[in-house]
Amino acid sequence: MGQRQYWMLAAAGLLIPFASWWLLASSEVIPKVFMPGPQDVWMRALSWLYEDGLAADALISITRVFVGWGLSLLIALPLGLMIGTYRPVQALLEPLTDFIRYMPAVAFIPLVMLWIGIDEPSKIAIIFIGTFFQMVLMMAEDVRRVPAAQIESAQTLGASRSEIVNLVLLPSAKPALLDTMRVTMGWAWTYLVVAELVAANSGLGYSILKAQRFLQTDKIFAGIIIIGLITDQLFRLVHRRAFPWMYRKS
Amino acid sequence: MSAEPKIRLRGVEKIFGEGESATVALQKLDLDIQASSFVTLVGASGCGKSTLLRIIGGLDYQTGGEVFANGKQVTGPGVDRAVVFQQYSLFPWLSVTQNIRFSHLLKAVRGDSTSTEVEAASGRADALLNLMGLASAANSYPNQLSGGMQQRVAIARALMPRPPVLLMDEPFGALDTQTREVMHDLILHVFNLEKSTIVFVTHDVEEAIYLGQRVVVMAPRPGRIDSIHEVALPEKRTQDMKLSPEFIAMKRDIVERIRETSGMKTDFELLEKLSRQASL
Repeated sequence: MGQRQYWMLAAAGLLIPFASWWLLASSEVIPKVFMPGPQDVWMRALSWLYEDGLAADALISITRVFVGWGLSLLIALPLGLMIGTYRPVQALLEPLTDFIRYMPAVAFIPLVMLWIGIDEPSKIAIIFIGTFFQMVLMMAEDVRRVPAAQIESAQTLGASRSEIVNLVLLPSAKPALLDTMRVTMGWAWTYLVVAELVAANSGLGYSILKAQRFLQTDKIFAGIIIIGLITDQLFRLVHRRAFPWMYRKS
Repeated sequence: MSAEPKIRLRGVEKIFGEGESATVALQKLDLDIQASSFVTLVGASGCGKSTLLRIIGGLDYQTGGEVFANGKQVTGPGVDRAVVFQQYSLFPWLSVTQNIRFSHLLKAVRGDSTSTEVEAASGRADALLNLMGLASAANSYPNQLSGGMQQRVAIARALMPRPPVLLMDEPFGALDTQTREVMHDLILHVFNLEKSTIVFVTHDVEEAIYLGQRVVVMAPRPGRIDSIHEVALPEKRTQDMKLSPEFIAMKRDIVERIRETSGMKTDFELLEKLSRQASL
């Protein structure tokens, strides 16, 4: 498949759903209240931005996501690295983590609210619970996938254990680790919305919930799209910047 | 009186698993490899040739016996024994030059390389780039290179710290025939220049004879040395030697040994018998 065909198909994959949405909305088979068109959503996004404090909503949500997710990353990365490289640590920690990861994070909300109330820390805690256990195990797996030949080559070239971690494992697993970060960031946004739907008076999730009460479907659409755009674009940018060697295929 | 062998294996044994499910990968194996010699290991799959190489490299541990290399007991991997793997051993985030200089990067990170060493290292890296025909690819990344070029980088990287012993684990196993032939002449050239001791594992008998001064044939179940063949070809090998009667006779002998030890011959006889019965 040529480069040209690829881009045409990629464009079609985006444009066809968009056009269908636009046609469906403008045909008014479904009342506008339930199915706003792209132009309604765009106008709403603009008025939200200029008159309704979109920037403030986005900022508080982004902050919550980054603090909760960042906290999880801070602990998950070294822990995942250890589980992935040292068998004893794996034996000690993996079974428990594996068990906890399948507990529904959302079900922890009542407990979290009882323990730490409904302020900022509770939202961060929910995001943390939702992302941390998955992140640890995924990162351990990322590290484990580094080809043995790379590690053994480094050993025979004289690398010590810590040099192997810093100079081989981390750089080799970096693209996979970043992918894990992107995927878990997506989940962090999901848990943020859940947390804001349950107990908040600010943020994108809260605005979406409030929009529902006022039947502002277009605002719900705008909110969802904005959340999707923030996460996806941010990580694409980071990925391309961080790993030029992956995109330099001849 | 011969000199102390570069690599000495005494009663080396490797058993995988325990109790009922234990399999003997290597059984009481003795082998001496002289300095500056090129020894090839061939054998049917499961004969333990790669395991043996990995034990010499310190990447696997024997369950019995002793391994000495460069006069010291082998207890783990070390810079005195470089290893070249079949594939996936290059660091894809580093350029060709950076890959080759990896062993020197380690020194630099530790801060124990003097400016003369740095100079010598960059001279060595340039020399290896030229020797391996990689000069034009110096700034490329591994995934931009063909399989043959990637193996050239892997060999150059292994040679960088001037290892007295070079262990090669089917390094050309993933390459096409034409590329392999070029690589054979290249590695022989390197051997003549560097005078390192090379132990080369392969399943290709022709490759084993063409490269080796001695061909060690291994047998499976349990892994052991079946026979050792001195290669009676002139030291300077050329591709047309592969057509000489000596070469062909030796190839026939070794293939015969491998067939016999792998039980392929008996399988074949059994098949013949069965088909004869069926036709009656």
